Amino acid sequence: MIVGQQKDFDEIKKMISAYSRILVLGCQTCVAISFAGGMREVEILASMIRMDRKMAGQDVEIKEEAILRQCDFEFLDSVKDLVAGCDVVLSLACGIGVQAMAERYPDKVILPGLNTTFMGVTEEMGIWSERCAGCGDCILDKTGGLCPIARCSKGLLNGPCGGSVNGKCEISPDVDCVWQLIIDRLKALNQLEKLEEIFPIKDWSVSGHGGTRKIVREDLTA
Amino acid sequence: MKGKFEPLILAFCCNYCPSCSADLAKSAKLQYPPNIRIIKVPCIGAVGIIHILKALENGADGVCLMGCLEGKCEYSTGNFRAMKRVQYVKKLLGKLSIEKERLELYNFAAAEAYRFCKLAREVTETVRTLGPTPLKINNSKI
Repeated sequence: MIVGQQKDFDEIKKMISAYSRILVLGCQTCVAISFAGGMREVEILASMIRMDRKMAGQDVEIKEEAILRQCDFEFLDSVKDLVAGCDVVLSLACGIGVQAMAERYPDKVILPGLNTTFMGVTEEMGIWSERCAGCGDCILDKTGGLCPIARCSKGLLNGPCGGSVNGKCEISPDVDCVWQLIIDRLKALNQLEKLEEIFPIKDWSVSGHGGTRKIVREDLTA
Repeated sequence: MKGKFEPLILAFCCNYCPSCSADLAKSAKLQYPPNIRIIKVPCIGAVGIIHILKALENGADGVCLMGCLEGKCEYSTGNFRAMKRVQYVKKLLGKLSIEKERLELYNFAAAEAYRFCKLAREVTETVRTLGPTPLKINNSKI
């Protein structure tokens, strides 16, 4: 899932300072799971904005809503009336949701309330960590299901490097060396020979270096 | 004016130990300030961030959460969750420049009627000293 983190309240406050009719719009998918942009967070942020404005003696009208997926245009039409009735939409979706809203409602100011952080997993309640860098050319079959692109600090394809000490990365004793994890896992699976395989240079053109990525499936298009 | 100010304090009170202490205070005819308005909840861990914020937003001068003693939660970890949540909301209040002392968490055993009354008086006095909530508007009601 996409993991997000709410922006600092002072930053949000500054962004919305010129507006008095605000729609705080959450997304009930990924960012709701990472407790950053679901309905719960919409209510909390809206309450904080109202209190802040009340103390400043400024009027504010806040509408609160969260839709199932802000990254899908078909869901965006359900908030048409709410969008029409506000000056600005403060979106608590990931960057994709914010852009989808901006595309669907070109005349409306859409502001991001989150920083979209990474694609990752919930390790446990309140702890999320990165797992995928979306490089477009998956090599997890060769690395025991552990991604060195996303999880090696250097993104090495031929680790571990000399900075790996006792299974930890040199950047921090809290960060596992993913290459150590890869070797341990392949050893446990009795597949260590996979690392001896010579494979061609990884195709980075599909990782975004070849421009904005797009997929077209002719069988699905209208 | 501050001397005459009577704060309104909302107390989320766990249905187990703290409520027993409050009931015992009633049976023993002990008094605590009428400023404290109690809302019983099934577990203090059920009180969310939004409940605390809404209480303050709607005019409460102070909010306190009353849970069971550490290790005595009927649902195992509700009081620990409440403790972390209170710390989180205190940070949010800091962002809003609202005094963090307006929010506190207390833990009670089931037969602490005297302590319940004593803390109720202390909370009332603390909030009275802080003065009305910066959010207070005329006719605000909870």
